[in-house]
Amino acid sequence: MQAWHFSESAYPYLPPADSYPSIRVSLASKNYDPKKGAALWDRYLHEWQIAEEEGMDIMLNEHHQTATCVDPAAPMVLAALARLTTTARLLILGNPIANRRQPVRVAEEMALCDVLSHGRVEAGFVRGVPYEISPANSNPVRMNERFWEALDLIVKTWTSHDGPFSHEGRFFHHRNINVWPRVYQNPHPPVWVSTTSASGAAEVGAKGFIQATFLTGYDATRKIYESYRAAWRKAGRGVDVPNDRLAYAALVYVGETEQEALEGAEKLLWYVTANKVAPQYANPPGYVPVAANVAMQRGASHPLSQFSKNASVEAAIRSGFMFAGTPDQVYEQIKRHYEYVGGYGHLLIMGQAGFLEHDDTVKGIRNFAREVYPRLKEMFPKTTISGQYGDVPAAPPERFVLRTSHEVSTDGPLISALGGAEA
Amino acid sequence: MKRTAITIAGCELEIHEGGSGAPLLFLHPGGGFNPQDPYVELLTATRRVIAPSHPGFGASQLPDWIDHVDDIAHIYLELMDRMGLAKVDVIACSVGGWIAAEMMTKTPERFGKVVLVAPVGVKTGPTDKLDIPDIYVMPPADVPKLMYHDPVKNAVQPAMLSDEELAISARNRETLALLVWEPYMHNPKLKRRLHRVASPTLFLRGASDGLISAAYLEAYAGLVPGARTATIAEAGHGPQIEQPQAFARMALDFLG
Repeated sequence: MQAWHFSESAYPYLPPADSYPSIRVSLASKNYDPKKGAALWDRYLHEWQIAEEEGMDIMLNEHHQTATCVDPAAPMVLAALARLTTTARLLILGNPIANRRQPVRVAEEMALCDVLSHGRVEAGFVRGVPYEISPANSNPVRMNERFWEALDLIVKTWTSHDGPFSHEGRFFHHRNINVWPRVYQNPHPPVWVSTTSASGAAEVGAKGFIQATFLTGYDATRKIYESYRAAWRKAGRGVDVPNDRLAYAALVYVGETEQEALEGAEKLLWYVTANKVAPQYANPPGYVPVAANVAMQRGASHPLSQFSKNASVEAAIRSGFMFAGTPDQVYEQIKRHYEYVGGYGHLLIMGQAGFLEHDDTVKGIRNFAREVYPRLKEMFPKTTISGQYGDVPAAPPERFVLRTSHEVSTDGPLISALGGAEA
Repeated sequence: MKRTAITIAGCELEIHEGGSGAPLLFLHPGGGFNPQDPYVELLTATRRVIAPSHPGFGASQLPDWIDHVDDIAHIYLELMDRMGLAKVDVIACSVGGWIAAEMMTKTPERFGKVVLVAPVGVKTGPTDKLDIPDIYVMPPADVPKLMYHDPVKNAVQPAMLSDEELAISARNRETLALLVWEPYMHNPKLKRRLHRVASPTLFLRGASDGLISAAYLEAYAGLVPGARTATIAEAGHGPQIEQPQAFARMALDFLG
């Protein structure tokens, strides 16, 4: 098991949530104080350095026009981390290539970062959440088709070293592709793709890229991984799927005591509860299939959007998208989740969110890295084959669940961190 | 009306056809074509109405190469050939009006008289303001307020619709976004081509239309030689829906 520290590098100093309709897309930037923002960036970069010192790897991501993630140009932060760190793998997850007009530019950015980091880049690609559509002015229809054409072209760009080639595709056109520098790693940096649907995972599995899924809990994660593994086998990649092909992202906080863990975990929940998004940004036409829109018209909503209305640490742990508690509790929670979904090789740890301050963030990183991570590495080595289920129920054992006496209140309509729209 | 299918350029199109008399091509708005709407029989009473569902709308296919209103204009010019329509009158609404405008700039001689109802398709206003309010970034509940004179009466009630009807509606919405996303609701070249239109053209809008302003309609009409404008009271973006009698009377009077 390989663990990655991740923060969305949020700007949490906002007016009351009931004073704005959406934390994304439309919240005015007058609410951003650049001096406070710069101090936050000092902090977040430092926390990634501390994670490296503790033996963890590093993950960062990108969002646009939002206070939840003030990193609209992740390759730039990736470049900074390439020089601020020396050993950690650097995962950018990811480049929203369905919203990018020039895949070749993305290939260039990743190649340069790979050279700057002496080959430590792990290049992730995402379709992009629905609220990226308006900021990118990107057509919400046929994003999937654009995504795959762009990714195929990027891989070809990295692996072509004999002078210019051209690309005249359905969505992208380049007359002269001949990228300098070439990527440091051979044949190219590991490619990651995030998806939270079984159908998306099948496409990733067929290509053999690393599949990351975010906050999908027990049952959905199991379906997504199973779909990946089935597509992997069908594509002739072999019977066994190495567990390093699969990644799971969760909110994680490890405290020395239950009380300390609970306090940290409640602050992490900001990631879910603060994600107040106006419905027009959450579900642009064409982003989800017609059948999903029909279901929403009939009243369906994403499970996490129901959750966010009534969020609590206890419920998040039971649902499997948060691992929080003492080292023993967190280890058992992860173990149960791992066994239920069939195993994965990467744990993407959202270890900082919202108002989780520096000292508490560092405590959480160190407690995880020193007390939990060694056990995970021993129990789930990289040589493990994915797809071996433990005969276990879809919830952590009772005595390893943190109890919450109160629930975190939220105001206004909320939607999931994943973009499931409020009906 | 009867329903048939014709395949053009690999795209199977659903064609609604009914009535008798001189042929009239009806190009529907973004919401699709519903033969049960009351205005339809007012038109078929005196005309042979031919109403294709645009690619990606209704039961018409959407091949992966189609992503622009102009693609549809070309398909419909061939549809006219295939149906033996040497010259037709046209009524076209909203995005249908944009399709019609593109067609008229290509083969102006093939169109008789034309009524464009709250058409989109051109950009005439300043750079720093959308000509047409952005229906994709306003709260969903605000869209009907701009669409209708009486948004309450015209509110969509999902519970009253079948899954199939909801699916068609969601697909129509998706295809519309594909076509009009960027540049928003217009083809920058169209206004440099509209001088070719040879048809007597009437630009209509509902007085309460919150999407197509009176100024937009006037500016659009000003690009078409000899075009006239008119307003239908107590109607929004779809006067054919909210005021079928007044709409049919004005349109048919103009077409003669």
